[in-house]
Amino acid sequence: MANTASGDKGNPVKKTKIFVLAEVREEYIHPVSFELLHWGRKLLWNSPGEVVALVLGATLRSTLEELIAYGGDRVEFFTHPNLSVFDAQTHAQVLLPFLREEKPDIILAAATVRGRALMPYLAAQLQTGLTADCTDLALEVKTGLLLQKRPAIGGNVLATIKTPHHRPQMSTIRPRLQKPLPRDERRTGAITIHRLESCPVPRVKRLCLEKKETSTLLEDQELIIAGGRGLKHPKNFALLFEIAHLLHGAVGASRVAVDMGWVSYPHQVGLSGKTVSPKIYLAVGISGTVQHLSGVMNAETIIAINKDPQAPIFRVADFGAIGDALEILPHLYRKLKARNDHAVQES
Amino acid sequence: MKVGVLVKQVPGSDRVKIDRKTGKMHREEMEAVPNPKDLYAIEAALRIKETLPGVEAVAISMGPLRAREVLEEAIAMGCDRGVLVSDPALSGSDTWVTAYVLARLVQKYESFTLLLAGERSTDGETGQVGPELAALLDIPVVTSVSAIAEITPTTLTVKRELEEGIETISITLPAVIAVTKAVAEPRLPTLGGKKRARASSIPVFTLKDLGLQKEGVGLLGSPTRVTQVFYPTFLRQTQMVDEKDPERVAEWLIRLLETKGIL
Repeated sequence: MANTASGDKGNPVKKTKIFVLAEVREEYIHPVSFELLHWGRKLLWNSPGEVVALVLGATLRSTLEELIAYGGDRVEFFTHPNLSVFDAQTHAQVLLPFLREEKPDIILAAATVRGRALMPYLAAQLQTGLTADCTDLALEVKTGLLLQKRPAIGGNVLATIKTPHHRPQMSTIRPRLQKPLPRDERRTGAITIHRLESCPVPRVKRLCLEKKETSTLLEDQELIIAGGRGLKHPKNFALLFEIAHLLHGAVGASRVAVDMGWVSYPHQVGLSGKTVSPKIYLAVGISGTVQHLSGVMNAETIIAINKDPQAPIFRVADFGAIGDALEILPHLYRKLKARNDHAVQES
Repeated sequence: MKVGVLVKQVPGSDRVKIDRKTGKMHREEMEAVPNPKDLYAIEAALRIKETLPGVEAVAISMGPLRAREVLEEAIAMGCDRGVLVSDPALSGSDTWVTAYVLARLVQKYESFTLLLAGERSTDGETGQVGPELAALLDIPVVTSVSAIAEITPTTLTVKRELEEGIETISITLPAVIAVTKAVAEPRLPTLGGKKRARASSIPVFTLKDLGLQKEGVGLLGSPTRVTQVFYPTFLRQTQMVDEKDPERVAEWLIRLLETKGIL
């Protein structure tokens, strides 16, 4: 039976070995990998240890040195033609012997489609725990154990989860909660390329890929104007789209607005939707449930408009106005439109 | 060909009582429903059953005895039968233990050509049991499946929604796949189905049946522990504008956007 304690029980003077699974998409190292390196560095802080990036792929168009420049101490690249397409089973088969030999204390990956498939596959075979979709990580001072915070029960509460006796401690982390560290070319580290002589043949084969347009992603916007229950009707969302257009921003929504069918799911912001980090988040008629707020806390500036002075959104906003969104939005639209038409005439 | 569907009973609302010490949910006292995302997996299984001759669709769940309700629902929708793993010692199991117990059930009593799961449960929200089960059975897993294009007794062609686009892939069976809401709209249970569900006997497997010890499962056997549950606070210093007139508020907003460099 599997549940025997293994490894060290988190002695704080010991070196902490943190592995991060770099995310490779279509032969490029995706920037979410640099966020993971930052998480790793943050955990180590000034205690002894190392942050190691693991990369798998057939060919790579990014340079592995990037992973050092963004905070890695060491890079291990596993390459074989069979690794060209993401398959959790094959990737796990390649990584397992290495992980069993290296015995990392912690493995981190992004909570993306790839990370959320590969990490449980690895965790099950390593007979250890895995915490999904973490929003914060820390090392417990007394024990050196990984404290994994994640929302629970529809996002109404946060839970701290530990893996006290099994190793490694594994977490997938929500993307975009942490910016990458500034790129530092002076950083040095070892890069090892493992050219695999044999590699299992994946039982999953790609027939084709239809690429998505990426420029419209809500996560990439500088300004998001989001509406909630207070908007009351789909037609008011149409107005929100007009305003967003004039501000060169995008439209977000609370879960209620999406559940009511006023706006489509890709606009949903919050735990059950997207985590966003715009320069300005303008929340209109959104009361601010924990589940919604968890998705917007990385916004640089939050502006809230709500009828109810007691709405929780005002506790997290940088700027607030008490008022009915349905009365304010038409004025806002008219004024922005006038400005815009004026600017067009001038030019 | 046997197709299994993993289903879970979850709380009907977000207002769930949790034990602050153990992080365990009080599942006994609340309204319980089938995990809404599992209905899509059931639908996908039923469509496979309608496409290929000789397919048996079996719903599988682990939970308290009342979790037989979700299996009855699956049968009412059109599954052939249901199997429940239930034992008081399983209470508090994390995803690793759940997958471990289900793997034992599959290895000992049932063997599937295809296992289907929903994207994630609405209570635990991990989506980990499917991939963990695949790992323990040493078969491939494909998650985020938005369409099943073709199935033969030995292969499956599906669409997988990745962040950068939609991939069409073929999988050599046996395999585990986790489907999204896009896969197919779940049908409602039929009257005949409900009758059949009421008449069907749902076998219950205990730890003893599976040859497992209670020390290895439940809260005790789980690698992960919930050590704290708390209500998050995200406080910022808020500057409220003292303005009631809607037009003035709109003007204030525009000035604010100007100072922030948006306009």
